Amino acid sequence: MAENVQKTAPSSREMLGYYLNKSYQDAIEGKARGELVCWASSIAPCEFCETMGIHMLYPENHAAAIAAKHGAEEMIEHAESMGYSVDNCSYARINLAYMDIQKCVAENMPLPDFVLVCNNICETLIKWYENIAYQLKVPIIMIDVPYNYEYEPSEWAIDYIAAQFEHAIEQMEEITGKKFDYNKYREVMQIAAESSYWWTKAMGMAAAKPSPLNGFDIFNYMALIVCMRGKTGCRDTFKKLAEELEEKIQKGEPAFKEGEKYRIMWDGIACWPYLSHNYKAMRALGMNMTGSTYPRGWKLDYDKDDIRSMARAYTSVGNNLSLEAQIDLKTEVVRTYNCQGVTYHLNRSCKCMDFLFHEMQTEVARRTDTPYITFDGDQSDPRNFSKAQFETRVQGLAEMMEQRKS
Amino acid sequence: MEQALAQAGIHLEDAAGIVATGYGRMNSAYTDKQFSEISCHAKGIAHLLPNARTIIDIGGQDAKAIRLDDRGMVQQFAMNDKCAAGTGRFLEVMARVMETSLSELQEWDNKARTVAHVSSTCTVFAESEVISLLSAGTPKADIIAGVHKSVASKAGSLVLRIGLQEDVVMSGGVAQNRGVVKAMEAELKVPVQVAPNPQIVGALGAALFAYEAQMKKQK
Ligand code: SF4
Repeated sequence: MAENVQKTAPSSREMLGYYLNKSYQDAIEGKARGELVCWASSIAPCEFCETMGIHMLYPENHAAAIAAKHGAEEMIEHAESMGYSVDNCSYARINLAYMDIQKCVAENMPLPDFVLVCNNICETLIKWYENIAYQLKVPIIMIDVPYNYEYEPSEWAIDYIAAQFEHAIEQMEEITGKKFDYNKYREVMQIAAESSYWWTKAMGMAAAKPSPLNGFDIFNYMALIVCMRGKTGCRDTFKKLAEELEEKIQKGEPAFKEGEKYRIMWDGIACWPYLSHNYKAMRALGMNMTGSTYPRGWKLDYDKDDIRSMARAYTSVGNNLSLEAQIDLKTEVVRTYNCQGVTYHLNRSCKCMDFLFHEMQTEVARRTDTPYITFDGDQSDPRNFSKAQFETRVQGLAEMMEQRKS
Repeated sequence: MEQALAQAGIHLEDAAGIVATGYGRMNSAYTDKQFSEISCHAKGIAHLLPNARTIIDIGGQDAKAIRLDDRGMVQQFAMNDKCAAGTGRFLEVMARVMETSLSELQEWDNKARTVAHVSSTCTVFAESEVISLLSAGTPKADIIAGVHKSVASKAGSLVLRIGLQEDVVMSGGVAQNRGVVKAMEAELKVPVQVAPNPQIVGALGAALFAYEAQMKKQK
């Protein structure tokens, strides 16, 4: 593809499709050759597996793809008939069903030789991954990241996480029977840092007025930053995207031909089964999602020679931030991206996100003087969302924003 | 549509502008504009009761709380989640279980001596609770008062979410039931007024939007 990039100059969107597909294909082919496959949580450090040449796949992302392709309901029903409660995160239910059936409407994912879980986004993951490891009788590597009750991560937590990183390396050496190559590790960290840089830069361009980026594209592109952060394909795609967006800004080309009437921030995960419905309902009202917390989600900046700095980066991600830090982050997003309103997705699956909503939305609204709405949904269980209710709420938001203009 | 025109004694051509609201708003072929029920209820109430700052609108499928500013503009709103508990549909189900009608609920409520406990989290849970209460011999009036309290507590939590400000006004069909209004007052500990003809407040708001648009055009 690297040569291809130069010869035919594919668009960032084409690169996105190509590399995503490649990550699954490489894993399938690698597994057939006897290479190892690891299933990992979405913001677990990719650097170690990448260094050791282990194929990494991400169940959350895979479940999202299944949901976006309208295959979630049958998987969820399968998981529930296996005995998993409806209260479990729907990503977990889809993945546990997939593990049982090993067939789905999206790409197939080879079963893992071990799992890597990092609870810097939620605690649900721990039991979910323990379950995978137990059922498949494979090793589990767990990085336990304490929640940041204080504004800044505490030093003891950083020591604790860094020590676990070192231990994870030893565990992987044991699993692979190979020595960890620290030179390769530095290269991988460099690529991951560059991917993160270009991702943040491209997403940041939504701040332009009008935004060159249709906000829902963030939901599509993010698959790559989740799955391939340590690979050059990811970096190159976001570099290309940044160039495309820069060109649009220069030409004054908005994401919506008809122009953007309102700019909003979307808080929470997308409703994958209804992505196109949500997009159309919002676009019909002239609403573009220019702000979200995703650009920051994978902005993992750290000093390559310092494992503690890497630990600090992995503990400073969205859900793991204190309430105060999350309020600051969201306030900053509203201001930077010139959002006139906020949509909060009250997600039945993701309790850790929901529980902070009330305090957060009231405070963000107070600081930024913007109206907000909350709608009920679920990132991948289609049964927990009502189109008509969503439409009423977003129209209500548009009307509140309109009133404030006049 | 024809029926509405006939009842009003007008023809379609007589309408200078038509605004649609409610769940069918996007499907109406006749309309010039659509507004959400939120804005329409706010508009209607601001016109009828200008001192209102909090609206509690409970209709068939939705319960919502709306906060208005002193110009009658929507400041914030909160709506029920994807569940019928706390809506008019909940009352319908409960009336059926207790073999009575929606219109008789308030009379029953008047006769209550105590308020039975009925869950507010889920219509199906509440239905089975009501059946258990009936079979345990709890008086029907007390159960109905409990059902009303359950609706009020659900809507009351929406109000608290947006911040309670007086005057508090109820609109929507359920506001015709004095039992619910009384339970709402007990829940919020403030007087709750009922809008005149509460079931048509949203429609009135839509008509006001159409009227204003027409006035603007004529200027
Ligand atoms: S959606 Fe929420 S609960 Fe589910 S895995 Fe992600 S963070 Fe955890």
